[in-house]
Amino acid sequence: MILPHALTFFLAAIAVSLVLNLWRLATAPTLTDRIVTLDTMAVNAIALVVAYGIWAGTGLYLEVAVLFALTGFVGTVAYCKYLLRGSIIE
Amino acid sequence: MTPLLDTALDLFLSAILIGGGIFALVGSYGLLRLPRPMQRLHAPTKATTIGVGAALLVSALDLLGQGQISWQELLITLFLLLTAPVSALFLAKTLILRGEADPGMPDSGTGQPWATLAEERADP
Amino acid sequence: MRRLFPHPYLTLTLIVLWFLLVNQWKIGSLVMAVILGTVIPLITSTWWPDRPRIQRPFALAAYAVLVLWDVIVANFQVARIVLFMPRDRIRSAWITVPLELTQPEAISLLAGTITMTPGTLTADMSACGRALLVHALHAPDPDAVRDDIKARYEARLQRIFA
Repeated sequence: MILPHALTFFLAAIAVSLVLNLWRLATAPTLTDRIVTLDTMAVNAIALVVAYGIWAGTGLYLEVAVLFALTGFVGTVAYCKYLLRGSIIE
Repeated sequence: MTPLLDTALDLFLSAILIGGGIFALVGSYGLLRLPRPMQRLHAPTKATTIGVGAALLVSALDLLGQGQISWQELLITLFLLLTAPVSALFLAKTLILRGEADPGMPDSGTGQPWATLAEERADP
Repeated sequence: MRRLFPHPYLTLTLIVLWFLLVNQWKIGSLVMAVILGTVIPLITSTWWPDRPRIQRPFALAAYAVLVLWDVIVANFQVARIVLFMPRDRIRSAWITVPLELTQPEAISLLAGTITMTPGTLTADMSACGRALLVHALHAPDPDAVRDDIKARYEARLQRIFA
């Protein structure tokens, strides 16, 4: 009954978050800030996929969320490792 | 399910979703608002994780209400809880190495420097 | 047995994780889970020669519940600071936490806990591994935060990993 409306609110909140993240990505003062923002965007994207899965009423989208969680984390660590050590795989 | 229980579940799930949405928004807003680089690390690691956690909890309970049991939500929650500290640690180390962290870092008190700034660094 | 399964806990965890990933109970998944649970610890065992010594597994479960609760409380505190505290009144501080834990697994668990809980974040470790560098978002009294971390989390972990 009111769950669809709550879901709409959640999707809107995530969408606004992603727009704020994009704004941050464009105006970030340092490189590390951009990595923080990209990490946040990955987590927000997972939330978006999961919420869309609830809206569609199937569990299929969860597999997408699992893959996003895996690659988002590896991406963040790879960026940081590159800045820390100058190479990703030693 | 009885109609009363159905309504209660509906209200409960809606409350969690709205709370989670607000937290996700706070996390992204904190990224813009907090003035110092180290402070900005706090907002995304905590607030956004709760936002995703809320969506996952609702997804699990909603599928359970339809008679399906899904365990992947548990997997994603575990994964996010385990990886958020690791990526935060890596980001903090990057800030320290690049000299963008807040000034006034204390001494380690063990006679040795902090690992990121030591000459012979072990693998991070 | 010892050579085939160098890390029994890791094998069990991998089997459970595989079942969570495929999301169904079939005999084929079990076979795949056992294969992965055997091969991955064997291949990676050179990187972790020591086994964690967990004395009280049930205390570890209680610890997980405590941390999960603290994560939720932490979020309300951080949200309040982000939304309502004026920027120049946020008093961030660096805190050195001397460690009594010696096992690497216990230290990484403590570091992860610090990051997930109220307003604190593990930033670095000393080169010898006997102190953690923690950044607090808003800590007017840094010593109190340090004592809180030691009493609330480290003491519990010390009892779990004896």
